[in-house]
Amino acid sequence: MIATRKSLLGIRELDPDEIVEILDTAASFQEIQQRSIKKVPTLRGATVVNLFFEASTRTRSSFELAEKRLSADVLNFSASVSSVSKGESLRDTAKNIEAMNVDVLVMRHGSSGACHFLDRHVEARVVNAGDGQHEHPTQALLDALTLRDLFGKLEGLRVVILGDVSHSRVARSNIFLLTKMGAKVTVCGPPTMLPPEIQALGVEESTDVRAALREADAVNVLRIQFERTKESLIPSIREYARYFGINERKLSELPEGFTVLHPGPMNRGTEISHGVAEAHSGTILRQVSNGVAVRMAVLYLLYGGEARN
Amino acid sequence: MKILIKGGRVIDPAVAHDAQADVLIEDGAIAAVEPRIEAEDARLVDAAGLVVTPGLVDMHVHFREPGFEYKEDVESGSRAAAAGGFTTVACMPNTDPVIDNEALVSQIVKRGQEAGLCRVHPIAAITKGQQGDLLTEMMLLRDAGAVRFPDYGVPVESSRVMRRALEYVRLTGQPIISHSEDKALSAGGHMHEGVVSTRLGIEGIPSASEDVAVARDVRLAEITGGRLHVCHVSSARSVEVIRRAKERGVRVTAEATPHHVTLTDEAVEGFDANTKMNPPLRAESDRQALIEGLADGTLDAIATDHAPHAPLEKLMEFDRARFGIIGLETSLALILTVLVKEGRLPLADAVERMTLAPARILGLEVGTLRRGAPADVTVFDPDLAWTFGPGDVFSKSANSPFLGRELTGRVLLTLLDGKAVHERPEIRGRIDAGRSSHNLETARS
Repeated sequence: MIATRKSLLGIRELDPDEIVEILDTAASFQEIQQRSIKKVPTLRGATVVNLFFEASTRTRSSFELAEKRLSADVLNFSASVSSVSKGESLRDTAKNIEAMNVDVLVMRHGSSGACHFLDRHVEARVVNAGDGQHEHPTQALLDALTLRDLFGKLEGLRVVILGDVSHSRVARSNIFLLTKMGAKVTVCGPPTMLPPEIQALGVEESTDVRAALREADAVNVLRIQFERTKESLIPSIREYARYFGINERKLSELPEGFTVLHPGPMNRGTEISHGVAEAHSGTILRQVSNGVAVRMAVLYLLYGGEARN
Repeated sequence: MKILIKGGRVIDPAVAHDAQADVLIEDGAIAAVEPRIEAEDARLVDAAGLVVTPGLVDMHVHFREPGFEYKEDVESGSRAAAAGGFTTVACMPNTDPVIDNEALVSQIVKRGQEAGLCRVHPIAAITKGQQGDLLTEMMLLRDAGAVRFPDYGVPVESSRVMRRALEYVRLTGQPIISHSEDKALSAGGHMHEGVVSTRLGIEGIPSASEDVAVARDVRLAEITGGRLHVCHVSSARSVEVIRRAKERGVRVTAEATPHHVTLTDEAVEGFDANTKMNPPLRAESDRQALIEGLADGTLDAIATDHAPHAPLEKLMEFDRARFGIIGLETSLALILTVLVKEGRLPLADAVERMTLAPARILGLEVGTLRRGAPADVTVFDPDLAWTFGPGDVFSKSANSPFLGRELTGRVLLTLLDGKAVHERPEIRGRIDAGRSSHNLETARS
């Protein structure tokens, strides 16, 4: 039961039942979003702070919409214009915000484990909106909801996670979630982008994109960051795009219904070709709208449970 | 003044003594160790059921002076040492300014003497300012009281400079202390690279960053004939490289820390920055290899790498926190709990690794209870169960992953030159039982 938890820090600590609970609740919020009045009063009177220490437009907007559609009072706090740029520690920043009687802190932070750290030092509930290279739980939940919408189930589904798995919080949360739900996961990318001992997380490892995709129902394409070439993880973007990018040619060998997910923002021409991005835009945009529903579900179950009692 | 420590299990590795005996101290020196000594005029310490050893020696501490006194200074560090049963420590030169000249060496020696709680031997840097290029004046530094030469925390990157240092140091007869790390491989990492770092999404420090540097340094020691001491060995492969080098007759010694033989990278789950140190906590197979290395003598000494940091440097995100933990207060108890009690290392060997072995590496005339030696003595209860708490921290900093941990074995009395520098309440009833005063400190004044 999510309601018995204080915070959502990662997928790793969730039981399969709790994942299903969030997905089922999110499905009911999908319906609310189709209405002309998209608002429910569940979080009325609650204050939610979006604490973003890394630039993010989509995740922050998605959380903000979710909060507003649940009738919460919302404060956006971004690091660039805050005391953080004056050298204040995370702990002090959080304590100060909490002193204003805040109920939920939604945090995005560049350090792995920052949400766990925050959670130990504040009474408020914490929702992880992405911590370093560690977890991005709501992204994995919205990816799962999208896959469940399309395939009707997660168990037995074969999913490839393609790209810079080493540096990706999206990859980690997806791995934790999909393996818990009985899906078969293969991580794929150049060897420099696959972390050591990744198989211990219950996934297959491959450096052959075509072979990996042939055995899969869906691929989750990770965004490639341009600065990775400077660290010699890949020789060039153009080489990556040729050998690991998802393009029409690679997809042409696959059956109809093969699904392409992308957490965004896309680098067209790098990890995904323009043609594929267009052809699969329905799925990719569905991820975005599911994102709002999933975040509503998480906030509702964490805080709304309290309001109900 | 005379002190008679009666009926304890006396372990003196220098003379292979491990039996019940009495220890008589006279005028600050060891006067006798014999099965039965009577001395009417001596203060009496009843050590029945306790272990009596030479004062412990820690060849690797950071006392942060000069420059970082908010973390620790020579006096507070000495107090932590005394509480842990240590009477001799060697402190590292990664201070501000770096300990690389005679004046600073003399200053640290003097500060240690003023505190009067333990013997503090400064370790001078290998290169000036720890910049990795110009050698320090090793002879002048030795004669000013420096014990040996590391570029601590700042490994000597240039193989050429390292070679010259190992050649030149043959003049002083002292070892080059190496923090062996290939910084190009470890850069950006915050914990051991392995399945846990993969799970937590924290950049890893591969074992190879230590292994290749140890292999290089061992080889350079081999071709130069210089003495090499490898700090805080953490990986199984490094243990193997050192074992093979010793078999070939290379003049290499090495140390392991209590935390590396106690914890693994699994401790980092939870992102507590008090589990962050360099080299990092490694895998269980590494931990086992370290224990085997200590048992067969490949690893000569146990040293804490006591590295105090203030809360503002630790109470934060894992990847922003500083490397290092304190260790003096818990060192002996961890070794007793994790190695001795578990049957992995005989008590006498553990004592040797914490007394005679480091003293020999440093070239110091301590670590023994031989007649005439300074009366540096540690008395501990090997069976006393206790929980390490904030009140047991004597360091200025409390950055320890062991707070709240149950330990077995505790130092009750530390004597430096025959004077009590640390005394636990548990031993007071054993001092001059039946007489009026129960406190050696009182006796001193």
